[in-house]
Amino acid sequence: MFDQLSDRLQSTLSDVRSRGKLSESDIDSAMRDIRLALLEADVNFKVVKAFTKTLKERCLGAEVMDSLDPGQQVVKIVKEELADLMGGTGAELAMASSGPTVILMAGLQGSGKTTACAKLAQYFKNQRKDVALAACDVYRPAAVDQLVTMGRRAGAHVYEKGTDADPVDIATWALDRAREERRDVLVIDTAGRLHIDQDLMKELSRIRDKTKPHDVLLVVDAMTGQDAVGVAESFAEAAEFDGVVMTKLDGDARGGAALSVKAVTGKPIMFASTGEKIGDFDRFHPDRMAQRILGMGDVLSLIEKAESQVDEKSAEELEEKLKKDQFTLEDFLTQMKQVRKMGPLSGILGMLPGMGAMKELRNANIDERQLDRTEAIILSMTPAERADPHLIKGRRRKRIADGSGTKVQEVRALVKQFDQMRVMMRSMANGKMPDPQKLMRMSGQVPKPKVRRR
Amino acid sequence: MIDLGSREPANVAPPEEAEPERRRGVFRRLRESLSKSRQALQEEITASVFEKIDDETWELLEEALILADVGAPTTAAVVERLEHEVDSGAVPAEGEAIRDRLIEILAEVAATARAKIDLSAQPAVLMMVGVNGTGKTTTIGKIAWHLSKEFGLSVVMGAGDTYRAAAAEQLAEWADRAGAELVRGQEGADPGSVAYDAVSAAVARGADVVIVDTAGRLHTQDNLMEELAKVRRVIAKLIPEAPHETLISIDATTGQNGLRQAKVFSEAVAVDGVVITKLDGTAKGGIALAISSELGIPVKLIGVGEKLEDLRPFDPAEYAAALLAE
Repeated sequence: MFDQLSDRLQSTLSDVRSRGKLSESDIDSAMRDIRLALLEADVNFKVVKAFTKTLKERCLGAEVMDSLDPGQQVVKIVKEELADLMGGTGAELAMASSGPTVILMAGLQGSGKTTACAKLAQYFKNQRKDVALAACDVYRPAAVDQLVTMGRRAGAHVYEKGTDADPVDIATWALDRAREERRDVLVIDTAGRLHIDQDLMKELSRIRDKTKPHDVLLVVDAMTGQDAVGVAESFAEAAEFDGVVMTKLDGDARGGAALSVKAVTGKPIMFASTGEKIGDFDRFHPDRMAQRILGMGDVLSLIEKAESQVDEKSAEELEEKLKKDQFTLEDFLTQMKQVRKMGPLSGILGMLPGMGAMKELRNANIDERQLDRTEAIILSMTPAERADPHLIKGRRRKRIADGSGTKVQEVRALVKQFDQMRVMMRSMANGKMPDPQKLMRMSGQVPKPKVRRR
Repeated sequence: MIDLGSREPANVAPPEEAEPERRRGVFRRLRESLSKSRQALQEEITASVFEKIDDETWELLEEALILADVGAPTTAAVVERLEHEVDSGAVPAEGEAIRDRLIEILAEVAATARAKIDLSAQPAVLMMVGVNGTGKTTTIGKIAWHLSKEFGLSVVMGAGDTYRAAAAEQLAEWADRAGAELVRGQEGADPGSVAYDAVSAAVARGADVVIVDTAGRLHTQDNLMEELAKVRRVIAKLIPEAPHETLISIDATTGQNGLRQAKVFSEAVAVDGVVITKLDGTAKGGIALAISSELGIPVKLIGVGEKLEDLRPFDPAEYAAALLAE
């Protein structure tokens, strides 16, 4: 996400960085590039104007011109300003002190509201909260069905009255039920509407007035163009939203809408929806995102993700094993499963510093299906073989290939790869960083670039 | 709008007198729906901009087009051309004339050679593709309704979106309204097999048109794009020339990413045309201009509202005029 903006800013800034001293015309040309990059990224024209103006003033200020490394200083300023534009350090949802926390979702048609509702439910579920959804989109055919199905997947209760009831009544009824049933959170899905549709906007205001939500979230498609600002302004008026959910951030949209909405309405982006799976939904961290745009990586997010998925104890055990060179294919399998729980590998790679710049790796589109095959191969081995892959020769290899539905060559390749990896991991566990070139070659051994969907 | 081939004289009998009436309606609707953008552009373009023709004039025109999502390259090309024509004296340096010429240039950019929807085959296969939430299913529903209710054609719909929860139900409602037959698979079924079933059902029943819906997908997901290419191949197994029309739906609020969408989808499934949906908002849908000028893919239909008759043929001149004219 934001890849292309990131590319442009990085090439502009690495140009600036390579010089010792900066002249005003250097700054001017950098500003022109940044301006064009932001426009191409669909950042609103007016926001771009204001942004580059502030940026230029700061870059021409004493902190840059007098610094020993002005290029580095410019990068720092761009990062700070970008983060600021997107909402500083991140905002929190307001939660109810007693009774259900009510969250009202609003947005244009097709922005991904219903999906976002279910993902939000899953997000709260992960925090062990009892979540309910209210199906107030009675207009789009089958919207209620969609919410019921997706809500079930998230393990949330769905309050629905079909499509004949009035949305405002459904919302108030759902709230009563949520109170009675002592739910922790109630997420209200509403019909998608054009922000110039007065009737529907009024209905939204009425739902807001009746249910007094703790948070109103506006769902915005990351691919939205210049109009994002107009949309956000209209919704700010009718629904007084508190924050934004950015959807479809997994595409190659440059995400300029995200930058504009905050700049114009002052409302922060709170969540980002980044994939097809119900768990592809995260808190949005503007400062980290700005770092990511500039290719500085998002190590904090990665660590948090890892912490939530990998348990401490088994990680320690693993480290011991690596040091003692006792790492087996069995451990490898466990490891692989844990990493995969964190989501698609391509997403994880994007969070590593410097990886953004490695084009080939970023575009490698790690083949998740290949990982399935690897899993199948290991699962077809006996415990003894997993512990000592060197046992695997001729007939064993054939049996494993048959058992896993793969080819003998694939089994052989896996064992070889595992050997190489063991060597590398041993050196890593002993405190040496692996050679990135080597890493890339290893990932290059994964054939057929593809990503799996479900 | 639609090329019905040999069926045209026999089946199509839209009342001739009703046509001008309806077209005026189209004009009005499009104008109304674009009135907001017109106001915005007008503020920029009228009076002040053209009072004095200088660098600021061109800059403001550029700004107006960028704000309409036309995109930097197309905007630069259009404004440069206009500026050149004014400088050389081909166009008088005077507000009205410049605006009229701008409309002409924009219309020219938006116009591409082949803008008819080709449904001349029997059965004709139309496939709908696009990113999630751009209005594929709704567009298909409306197309089916028009074909069946206005042109009296028998329509089979294939619910190829087997991924999104309740997508098939949504299409079923449309099939019901349009009086079309719906072929559907299980949720999670292979979209290729649903497409195959739909097309073979249409062949077996001698239906006129098959419309195949597909799941919304981001163009960045290679495996999903490959899945789409496979649906296309499966259809071509039954009828080698099919699908005869592949349309991509693009949301009018989409910014420059729309260009990428059109390009990547086109590479995967040879897109024949674009449907710009949700033009009834304040979004100006300038991406239509970028797509036709940079990729040469014609915009064939526009959606200007939720009503059935709000799906309309795209008329470049009308579009450019509505964008700028009073």
